[in-house]
Amino acid sequence: MIQAQDLYYEINHHHNQLRILHGLNLSITSGEQVAIIGSSGSGKSTLLSLLAGLDVPTRGNVLVNGQLFSSLNEDGRAAVRAKYMGFVFQSFQLLPALTALENVMLPLQLNGTANARALSMAALNKVGLRERTSHYPKQLSGGEQQRVAIARAFATAPAILFADEPTGNLDHATGQMIIDLLFGLNKEAGTTLVLVTHDVELANRCERKLQLSQGVLTEVGQA
Amino acid sequence: MMLVIKLACSQTLSLWRAGALRVLVLALVLAVAAITAVSFFTQRVASGLSQQGGLMLGGDMVIVADHPVTQGYILEAQGLGLDTALTYEFPSMVVYQESNQLAQIKAVDSNFPLRGDLSITRTGAAQGRSVDRAPNPGEAWIEPRLASLLEVKVGDTLDVGEHTLRVGAILHNEPSRGGNIFSLSPRLLMNAQDLAATRLIQYGSRVRHQLVLAGDASKLNQFQQKVKPLLKKGERIETVRDARPEIKSALDKAQQFLGLSAMVSVILAMVAMLLASMPFVKQSLNSFAVMRCFGAQQKTLLCVLATQTLIIAFFSALIGVLVGFIVQLGLAQLADNLFLQRLPQVSLQPVLVGIAVSLTMLTAVVLPHAWQMRKLSAVNILRLETLTQPISAQAKFLPAAIAMMGMVFWQAGDMNIALATVLVMAGMSLVVLIAVYGYTLLAGKFFSSLPAGNMRSAISFGVQGLKRRLGLSAVQMVGFSLGLMVLMLLALVHGDLLRNWQASLPEDAPNRFVINIQPDQIESVSQFFASAGIKDTEIFPMVRARLTKHNQQVVNLEQFETERAKRLAEREFNLSWATKMQSDNQLVSGKWWTQDELDQPYLSLEQGLAESLGIQLGDTLVFDVAGIPMTLKVTNLRKVQWDTMRANFFAVTPPDVLNDYPASYISSFHLPAGRYAQLNQLVKTHPNLTVIDTEALLQQIRTIINRMSSALAYVFAFSLVVGLSVLYAALVATRDERVVEATLLRVFGASRRQVNIAYITEFASIGLLAAVVASVAANLLAYFISIKILGIPFEFNLNLALLVMLLAATLIPMAAWLSLRGFLNVPPRQLLNSI
Repeated sequence: MIQAQDLYYEINHHHNQLRILHGLNLSITSGEQVAIIGSSGSGKSTLLSLLAGLDVPTRGNVLVNGQLFSSLNEDGRAAVRAKYMGFVFQSFQLLPALTALENVMLPLQLNGTANARALSMAALNKVGLRERTSHYPKQLSGGEQQRVAIARAFATAPAILFADEPTGNLDHATGQMIIDLLFGLNKEAGTTLVLVTHDVELANRCERKLQLSQGVLTEVGQA
Repeated sequence: MMLVIKLACSQTLSLWRAGALRVLVLALVLAVAAITAVSFFTQRVASGLSQQGGLMLGGDMVIVADHPVTQGYILEAQGLGLDTALTYEFPSMVVYQESNQLAQIKAVDSNFPLRGDLSITRTGAAQGRSVDRAPNPGEAWIEPRLASLLEVKVGDTLDVGEHTLRVGAILHNEPSRGGNIFSLSPRLLMNAQDLAATRLIQYGSRVRHQLVLAGDASKLNQFQQKVKPLLKKGERIETVRDARPEIKSALDKAQQFLGLSAMVSVILAMVAMLLASMPFVKQSLNSFAVMRCFGAQQKTLLCVLATQTLIIAFFSALIGVLVGFIVQLGLAQLADNLFLQRLPQVSLQPVLVGIAVSLTMLTAVVLPHAWQMRKLSAVNILRLETLTQPISAQAKFLPAAIAMMGMVFWQAGDMNIALATVLVMAGMSLVVLIAVYGYTLLAGKFFSSLPAGNMRSAISFGVQGLKRRLGLSAVQMVGFSLGLMVLMLLALVHGDLLRNWQASLPEDAPNRFVINIQPDQIESVSQFFASAGIKDTEIFPMVRARLTKHNQQVVNLEQFETERAKRLAEREFNLSWATKMQSDNQLVSGKWWTQDELDQPYLSLEQGLAESLGIQLGDTLVFDVAGIPMTLKVTNLRKVQWDTMRANFFAVTPPDVLNDYPASYISSFHLPAGRYAQLNQLVKTHPNLTVIDTEALLQQIRTIINRMSSALAYVFAFSLVVGLSVLYAALVATRDERVVEATLLRVFGASRRQVNIAYITEFASIGLLAAVVASVAANLLAYFISIKILGIPFEFNLNLALLVMLLAATLIPMAAWLSLRGFLNVPPRQLLNSI
C-alpha cells in the first residue's frame, strides 16, 4: 500500500543542517495497523507528513499503491490524498466557522460526492454525535471535537487513515473512548491505519509497532 | 465548476453564520452606500446644475453670434431632436410720448425661454408671477427701471424703432439675463415676429444673435462636438460653465464639499474593510489548509476564493446600492427646491459604479491572500503554520492601498485634495509607528522605575502589549487615527469651514449695484446711504480702458486659445484705483503699493484674469484710456471672491495714476426691505444712475449654500457611521488574539482585575496616541483645505483636539473592555476548549 525508500529529511536551522530522518525504509501493506512511536521531537510527525504527501523528503521516495508519490507536485499529491487518505490530528483541525456537520461534509464536497449530507449524518451518528450536528467546534468538548474529526476522516471511506497523536489533547478516559472508536471504525471499514503516538499503550493496540529514534526506524515486534 | 460554486456558497454561508463576515460585509455595504449615495446625488445635482445654468441661459446651450445664426446649425439641432429658439439683443432708444431712453432690446421666438420661467407683474410689485412664454406679438415687457424712467404703466404704448408696442407687463425677473450685468441698460422684451416692423436691424447693426438650445444631455454633447469645429469668426458656444461666475463659484464649492465627504467615507470604509478582513482571511486560510490536506487542488481553492469574493462583493454591493439609494432620497429631500426645477430622476450608472467599487475593494483586500494561498502547503496545517505570512505586511496591504488611492483620486475630483489626503495618510502611518515605538520605550522605562506590585505589573503588561503586537497595534492605531482624523476633519469642515463659507455671504450682503455715478453725484449718493441707514458702503471709481499691448506686443485676439481669454481681451476693462486692497481680496503674489508709491504706474490684476491672458508678475501692459496710451507694470496678483456680491475689479491701480482721466463711480450696498421708495427717489432725481437689483441672484446663491449645507451635514453624519464601523472593525480584528492571551494570563493566575487593567491600559494608550496623531493631522488637513482650496480662513480648534483626546482615551478602552468582558467572565477551562 505505502512504501518509503531510503527516505531523508533535513532542515536548515540557523544555518545548521538538522537531519531528522536518515535513509529510512518502510513498507505498509493494505489493511495493516501500524503504530509509529518515539519520543517528542524524534520526527514521527515529519514521517507521517511525508507518507501522507503533506511534505516532500529531501531525498528518497514514497510510493502509494506502487505509484511514485513524493515526486508529484503539490496538486498531484493532493489528488492522491483526496482519493485514498483520511486524517485525524492531535489538535482536531476543525474549522471554527463550520458546524460539526459542515466540517464532516467538507472533504466529501471536495470529492464532489453526491450525497455528502447523508453520508456525513451517518458518520456523525456512528461517533454518537447525532444530536450535535449543528453545533460549532467551540460549543463542543475536546473529546466531542475529536469524534467529529474521526467522523470526518471515515466519511470519505479512505483506504489509508493517518492519525497524528489522536489522543494527545485529551484526558485518559476520553482518549480511551476515542481510541476504541477509532479502532472499531477501522476494523469495520478495513482501512489501513498509520498511527503516530508516544503512548505505548495506544501503540500496543496496533498490529505492528515501529520505533523512530535518531532518524532511524526499527521494528519493535508484534503486539 | 458546480463543485466550486457549491463549496464557495456553503463556505460563505457558514462564515456568515459564524459571524466572521459581518464586519467585512458591513464595511463593504457602507463604502458602497457612501459612494453610490453621493454618486446618485451628485449626478442628479449635476443634471440639476445644467438645468440651473439653463435657466440662466434660457436653454441648456446657446450659440452666440455677431451675425445671423447659420441656418445649418438650426437644422443640425432640429435633426437631433433638440428644441431651438432664436433671440436677438441690441441697444435701441425707446420712446414714450416726449421721453426717450436707451434700452437693451431682446426680441425672442414665441417658445422662449426653453428652460426656466419668466416672471412678470402688472404693477411692479415685489413678487412676480411665473409665465413660461414670451410676450405676444405687439406686446412689450419692460423692466421696472425702464417703466420708472419713462413713467409708463401697463397698457401704455411705446415706440421701438418704427413699430409701436403695447406694454403688456412689467418684467420682474428674467433669469436668462446672462453675461455682464453691468453693461446692461434696462431691458425691453418683445416678440421676434415684430422685429422686422421695427426696421431696427440693418446692415452693420450691433446685434447679438443667439440660438438657444435645449434637450437631452447626450444629444447636446453630440451637437456641440459636431458644431464646434464649424464655428466661424464671431460665433461661440455658451454653456452652464459660462453662466454667472457668482453662482458657479458657490456650486463648485458645494461640489467640493460633497466630493470630500464621499472620499472620507471611502477611506474609512477601506480601513474598516482591511481590519475586518483579518478574521475572515485567517479563517479562510485555515479552511483552505484543511481542504488542501483533504486533497483539494490549488486551482479549486483559488476558484473557491474568487467565487466567494464575487458572492460577498455582489451581495454587499446590492445592499449597499439599496442603502445608498435610500440615503440619497434623504439628500434629495434636503436639497429640494435647491433648483427651480425638480431634480432629475436617478440613473442606473451609480448601481454599476457601486458593484464595480465593491468588487474592486474586496478584490484588493483578498488578492494578497490569494497570492499567499498559492504557496500554502498542506504541511502547514500539521505544524500549525497557517498564520505565518509568506508575504510581507507591506505587500499584503499594497493592493488595498493602491485601490484606496485610486478611489480617493476618483472621488476627490481634485488632484490637490487627493494628493494632500494621500500624503497625510502615508505620513500618519509613519508617525503612528514611531509614536508606538517611542511610547513603549518611554513607558517601559517609566514603569520599571516604579516600585513593584500587582497594579504596576498589570499596567506595564498593558503597555508592553503594544510592543508585543507592534504590527497589529500600528495597523489598529492607523485605523483609529484615520477614523478619528476624519471625524475631527468633519467636525472642523462642517463646523468651521461651513460657517466661514456661510459667513462669506451674510444677511446684509449687497443686493444692489449702482453704476454710472458721476463725480459731482458722489455726495448725493452718500447722503442717500446715510438717510436710508445704509452703512459700510464704498464708492469705487471706474475708468474704461482697452488693453492694447502686452510686453510691447500688440494684443491680437487670435493669439489666445480659449474663448474666455478672447472675450476678456476684447472687452473694455473697468480700471479702478485704491490706496488699500479691498478686504475680500487676497494677495497671491507680489506686493501692494506703499504710501510713497501712490503715483507709480503700477497695476494689480485678478489672478484668474492674469492666468487666462498669460500675464505674469512684472509684465508691462499698455491700455488705451480715452485715446491716450497708458503703460502699467503688474506688481501684484490678487484672488477675488466674486461670490461676496461686492463690487470688485479685475484691474486696480494706485490712486494718483488715473486721477486725470474721466471716471464714473460704482457702489454696491444692501438695501433693507421697505426702503425701495427712497431708492426710487434717488433714481428719479439722478436719472443717469443705473441701479441693478441683484437680490434674486443673491437669493439663489444663498439658497444653494443653505440647501447644500443641510445636504452636507447629512452626508457627514453618514460618514460618522462609517467612522464608527472602523473603530468596531479594529476591535473585532484583534479580539481572538486577546481572548487567547487573556485566557492564558488567567490560567497562570492573573486576576480578572489585573487582566482588565492590562487591557484598559493598552487601549487607553492606543486611543490617546491615535487621538494625538489624528488631532495634528486633521488640523493640518483642514488648514490646507480651507486656505489652499476653498480660500476661506482657518482657525485651530484646541478645544476640539482636547475633547477628542479625552474621549478617545476613555471610550476606546471602554468599548474594548465591553467587547472582551464576556470572555473575561468565563472560566479559563471553558475558554481553552475554544481557542
